Amino acid sequence: MRNDKAWLAVLPVVIVVAFTAIVPLMTVVNYSVQDIFDVDTRIFVGLDWYRETLRDPRFIDALLRQVLFSGLVLAIEVPLGIWIARAVPREGPATAAFLIVLAIPLLIPWNVVGTIWQIFARPDIGLLGAAVTAIGLSYNYTGSALDAWITLLLMDVWHWTSLVALLAFAGLASIPRACYQAAELDGANAWQVFRYVELPRLRAVLTIAVMLRLMDSLMIYTEPFVLTGGGPGNSTTFLSQYLTTMAVGQFDLGPAAAFSVLYFLLILLLCWLFYTSVMKGGADDR
Amino acid sequence: MTADARKAHWTLYLYCGWLLLPLYWLLTMAVKRNQDITGTLEVIPARPTLDNFVEIFTNPVWYEAFANSLTYVVVNTLVSVAVALPAAYAFSRYRFLGDRHLFFWLLTNRMAPPAVFLLPFFQLYSAIGLFDTPFAVALAHCLFTVPLAVWILEGFMSAVPRELDEMSRIDGHSRAWFFFRIFIPVIRSGIGVTVFFCFMFSWVELLIARTLTASDAKPIVVVMTRTVSAAGLDWGVLAAAGVLTILPGIAVVWFVRRHLVKGFAMGRV
Repeated sequence: MRNDKAWLAVLPVVIVVAFTAIVPLMTVVNYSVQDIFDVDTRIFVGLDWYRETLRDPRFIDALLRQVLFSGLVLAIEVPLGIWIARAVPREGPATAAFLIVLAIPLLIPWNVVGTIWQIFARPDIGLLGAAVTAIGLSYNYTGSALDAWITLLLMDVWHWTSLVALLAFAGLASIPRACYQAAELDGANAWQVFRYVELPRLRAVLTIAVMLRLMDSLMIYTEPFVLTGGGPGNSTTFLSQYLTTMAVGQFDLGPAAAFSVLYFLLILLLCWLFYTSVMKGGADDR
Repeated sequence: MTADARKAHWTLYLYCGWLLLPLYWLLTMAVKRNQDITGTLEVIPARPTLDNFVEIFTNPVWYEAFANSLTYVVVNTLVSVAVALPAAYAFSRYRFLGDRHLFFWLLTNRMAPPAVFLLPFFQLYSAIGLFDTPFAVALAHCLFTVPLAVWILEGFMSAVPRELDEMSRIDGHSRAWFFFRIFIPVIRSGIGVTVFFCFMFSWVELLIARTLTASDAKPIVVVMTRTVSAAGLDWGVLAAAGVLTILPGIAVVWFVRRHLVKGFAMGRV
């Protein structure tokens, strides 16, 4: 039903989002092309800040770390999440209990997630840290970059695999029983059931899950900030943390703004690339 | 796996154990004295105490921070659902100028890293005099909760057949009467799921909440990170605060547990 008066119903959302997104975004774009000394002294500098940001070795390093981190996180959490979802019973009293347990990590404030892992992984007071040390491995996430990365990955898997699992479970729960019975009659083995019955029907929810994990892992800030503070050295400093230091730590308005624009565009680009490739793949299947 | 869909695989118990283990450790920390925490490693606390919780409930810095957090989360959830309901209805029922583009543009806001908005938010809310109030944080969190709310509600509303709208019109009811008396009760599980997600994403966020508050409106998540750096490490109190921050989330998931399974089942988050 075509009705342009429906705009009136959308107007409140547009106003709120304009206030929280468009105005700040325009401010950022505006700053990114100026050199700002104080409120009255501003010089238009064109794309200089962008050039400077792209040549900044610390930006490049943070970007590479970010891409590596997001890649690893997706590579672990998506298969693991699907696997967990398949292990949850489809119906019965235990189902709700499992879903609630799975949902718990998602509801914990992100800095508390960092705190939990801090006290869990510290070699002196942490259960995990003490256990790993007790079996004779040298482990110290504040001293070794590799240990810090392993701890961060463990933490992120602990925190976010549930999201993939819950979404995948929802997708699996909507598959009609008849599909399984048909596969059984055809003598399909477990792998074939997964590959040809379940996976195609999970396409939509998995697209959402991967998109959410992709964008959120690219934005990660709070958990490493609490757990490692970006260290040791800069080994776990990701884009958001570097940007935050620049923007509210040093008040480098111009460079921080150029950084922000590039950062946002990067996430949009990666999400768009993923989304279009999934949609194209879907068209090929049919 | 198809043999018995009612039975959980033993590996699932293992995974749930791994999910709960760090939480168990947090809980034991919260009931330990500091000398016991830094002393020997006790898997089961030998001398449990509630002192850490008493400290939080008697120290205004802590309990006011809790009140601040709950204030902005509730305001944010109310605002998000209130503005998203009519918009989601419009998206699900009508075609209008630029509707697809508008919907997609709303979703792109979910892709914006909060770090990008820190500086403009700080200046914007200072300029309009909301800085260091819970309302600044509530409004700023609308950046990601409003698009999410529209997205989820639109999914639930599209699942309701249009005949319902038409029948009500034929019966001579006004659109407002239909919307509030019939439509909203029909999609209440969708509203439940929306409340859950708005609450969740506003409650867990730290970066924006920290940037937009200074002293009066400091939320609990900020007090936790700041007291740690200022007064040395009081692990017990920190862990107790951590335990308390998990409770609202568990309460919300408990209330919407039935709707949640249904909401996830629609494949929309």
